[in-house]
Amino acid sequence: MTMQIADSVSLSTPDAKARLHAVAARENLRTEPKAVRIAIISVAVLFLTVFVVLPLVVVFARAFSKGIMAYLAALSEPEALAAIRLTLLVAAISVGLNLVFGLVAAWAIAKFEFRGKTFLITLIDLPFSVSPVISGLVFVLLFGAQGYFGGWLRDHNIQILFAVPGIALATTFVTFPFVARALIPLMQEQGTQEEEAAISLGASGLQTFFRVTLPNIKWGVLYGVLLCNARAMGEFGAVSVVSGHIRGETNTMPLLVEILYNEYQFVAAFAIASLLAMLALITLIAKTILERQLDEGHDARDH
Amino acid sequence: MSAIATRRRTLPGFGLTMGLTLSWLSIIILIPLAGLFLRTLELSPEQFWAILSSRRTLNALRVSFGLAFAAACVNLVMGSIIVWALVRYRFPGRRLFDAIVDVPFALPTAVAGVALTSLFAEKGWLGAPLAALGIKVAFTPLGIFIAMIFIGIPFVVRTVQPVLQDLDPEIEEAAGSLGASRWQTIIRVILPSLGPALLTGLALAFARAVGEYGSVIFIAGNLPNVSEIAPLLIVIRLSEFRYADATAIAVVMLIVSFVIIFAVNRLQRWAQDRIPVH
Amino acid sequence: MTIEVRNLVKKFGSFAALDGVDLKVDNGELLALLGPSGSGKTTLLRIIAGLDWPDSGEVSFNGEDALARGARERHVGFVFQHYALFRHMTVFENVAFGLRVQPRAVRKDEAAIRARVKELLDLVQLDWLADRYPSQLSGGQRQRIALARALAIEPRILLLDEPFGALDAKVRKELRKWLRSLHHEINVTSIFVTHDQEEALEVANRVVVMDKGRIEQIGSPDDVYDNPATAFVHGFIGESIVLPVEVTGGAVRLGERQLNLTAGATASGASRLFVRRHDMLVGPPGSGAFDGAVQHVRNFGPVQRAEVSLFGGETIEIDAPRDKELRQGDRIGLVPRRYRIFAG
Repeated sequence: MTMQIADSVSLSTPDAKARLHAVAARENLRTEPKAVRIAIISVAVLFLTVFVVLPLVVVFARAFSKGIMAYLAALSEPEALAAIRLTLLVAAISVGLNLVFGLVAAWAIAKFEFRGKTFLITLIDLPFSVSPVISGLVFVLLFGAQGYFGGWLRDHNIQILFAVPGIALATTFVTFPFVARALIPLMQEQGTQEEEAAISLGASGLQTFFRVTLPNIKWGVLYGVLLCNARAMGEFGAVSVVSGHIRGETNTMPLLVEILYNEYQFVAAFAIASLLAMLALITLIAKTILERQLDEGHDARDH
Repeated sequence: MSAIATRRRTLPGFGLTMGLTLSWLSIIILIPLAGLFLRTLELSPEQFWAILSSRRTLNALRVSFGLAFAAACVNLVMGSIIVWALVRYRFPGRRLFDAIVDVPFALPTAVAGVALTSLFAEKGWLGAPLAALGIKVAFTPLGIFIAMIFIGIPFVVRTVQPVLQDLDPEIEEAAGSLGASRWQTIIRVILPSLGPALLTGLALAFARAVGEYGSVIFIAGNLPNVSEIAPLLIVIRLSEFRYADATAIAVVMLIVSFVIIFAVNRLQRWAQDRIPVH
Repeated sequence: MTIEVRNLVKKFGSFAALDGVDLKVDNGELLALLGPSGSGKTTLLRIIAGLDWPDSGEVSFNGEDALARGARERHVGFVFQHYALFRHMTVFENVAFGLRVQPRAVRKDEAAIRARVKELLDLVQLDWLADRYPSQLSGGQRQRIALARALAIEPRILLLDEPFGALDAKVRKELRKWLRSLHHEINVTSIFVTHDQEEALEVANRVVVMDKGRIEQIGSPDDVYDNPATAFVHGFIGESIVLPVEVTGGAVRLGERQLNLTAGATASGASRLFVRRHDMLVGPPGSGAFDGAVQHVRNFGPVQRAEVSLFGGETIEIDAPRDKELRQGDRIGLVPRRYRIFAG
């Protein structure tokens, strides 16, 4: 900030020209000929347009290809409504669980020193690198008819697989790291001084957490919840394996997209897909805003 | 004295939060993953080997790993170009393009799958002109390749971008003032500084593409031995109740993923040691 | 409140931050812990506050075991080096924090809290900043708010970690005087940590000099300056000339030359002679313990600093009054008005 003010002030002084000259010379040393620049920008823009923009556009184009009435009709089908409800429920469960876990784990990892910390963080990160299909498979192996707990569950008449608990469990597995990973670096960077100050002023552990720690990490919490939620609502592979695809009961929105698409109900499939695409876009916009908030917090600390 | 012996910590709650963390981690992640490995141990080595060496399994693994690697290489090159354009140049729409790099992260994979299929199908916006040239994308291995490129872009861009942004402008000026041409500066000074980040991005994009399911299966065609990816084969074996087959393939893929994480961790530690924090 | 520390040991891995420290602090004292970084002074302060725990040893307040209580129950006001103000709270809420988190049974009502915070802000002369956030304050203002916050809980002891360390030179000087007069006003037993000798000597009633986890000397500011107990203290406080000498039966030799100085009780063997720069008196050649030639002279306010090469080969810097001008090339004799010899 001060840099910019200094620059704008210096423009009105006599040696402003000389400075501009120096700036231009400095830029020259660090850039390429104009033709190269244009070529690189074109390649980048073209690539992103083909691979990212067009797929997004095509979702909405096909969703509305038969007009807005057909679009709304597709979304108000009972099957569609059931899928939306189930998706919201599953996301609420897994985001809730991972939020609590994320806060607890970040407190233990960021505020204390202990051996094996890096290893623990690697373990928390594991789900990021496990194929979604395998994330579903592990629960089939535990709770399926031939699974380790399958017999016991059947005897006690508890349904996990092909029901909400299984879907919520697989989704929780897949979204496990998001909140913790958003909070750990943030809390490590903030250190423990404010918490120590609170304790020495007589605050209890919970008072310290809710009055001092939480207000400082609120944007980070929101950031983690946002990404966790986007993944939870959009998860396909893991949920596909554990859901059993029971229409109107265990189909989440992404699963319904697949079923409708395979039945050549393209408008309906893309109508549901457009809702998920909108979720993705809103998530990205919110993420950009939150990142700015987090950066400001960062600057305030550096100040 | 006893207070000292228990090594007290200033902030409260370490025991409680650590206990909860480890319990929850075990219930959700470790026990399920351990179950997968235990299942594999129930197979005799011969059985395990027979599953893996069957033609269909080998082909599925080959399709997944081969195409994922090829796609990761494309992402490495295109990702570097995108990062360079976003960090070093100013052009209209730059911020927008910067933001949409994350779309493959945020867009549910099933949505990406149907969208890419629709785009590259024979009558699709891009499929039609390509078909006129005699190139068929959808329902071929080329389609898998395209989907894997889509899913991998943000990994390379988001790992390399911050490193290029933080690169001290003075090192380029130093190189220039010592007589290096722009090309020499890029090859000898900038690229080596980006090296670890580029490799990390490559590894992450590869790991993601190998395990990818949703965005691939719609466009793949799923023809056994030709365009069938390993995750799909796991799902097929499960639906046939051939759990042993599914488990064996899953374990191989999981081990590869773990090796990649380990390599990435090493790579990052190496990069931190090599480049001092300024 | 008196504080007593007995045989405190604290190790970080193989590094001994505190290596057997004993200290008694009297009621109402303003004590400085002075030492270079890594000397253990901050660790000692944090252990007294309950923010760190020793491996062994005892800490007691007014004779009662302090280690049995956590930081929360010790009623110690701690001012952190970087202030650790709560950045999402206004100045007012920062100061009020310690009052608001008290158990309901003893908590003051809102009006009483407001009155108390107002009183504290008046005490640190910053009542006009009550609604600002910490990021909007200058370093000196943050420092005073941190102090007001620590005082809000009516601490039995006030501990300050490098209270002026992060401030620029001018603000630092002002705050030193202010801290001393504030201590006079509130009269709470206070300990502050510093690596700045001038700060310690100017502010404290008593100075504790530390090095490598041990206490080197405890004494009044005059005492540690005029009668340093160890070679470390002599070298660390004030600027000293150090010359390697040989002691044999009370006689002192520099190289080949016998010096007419007495080693007192210092044991025979290789030793070091310490003299303050301004304690070297200039006379005609041959009149003192040393002879040398002036190499270079610069003026520093009331004194002139001369670089003198001794005929033994060493070069030293002395501070002489400006009344008798020294010139380059002058041959002079030097007599140490006051000196100490330490073995080793």
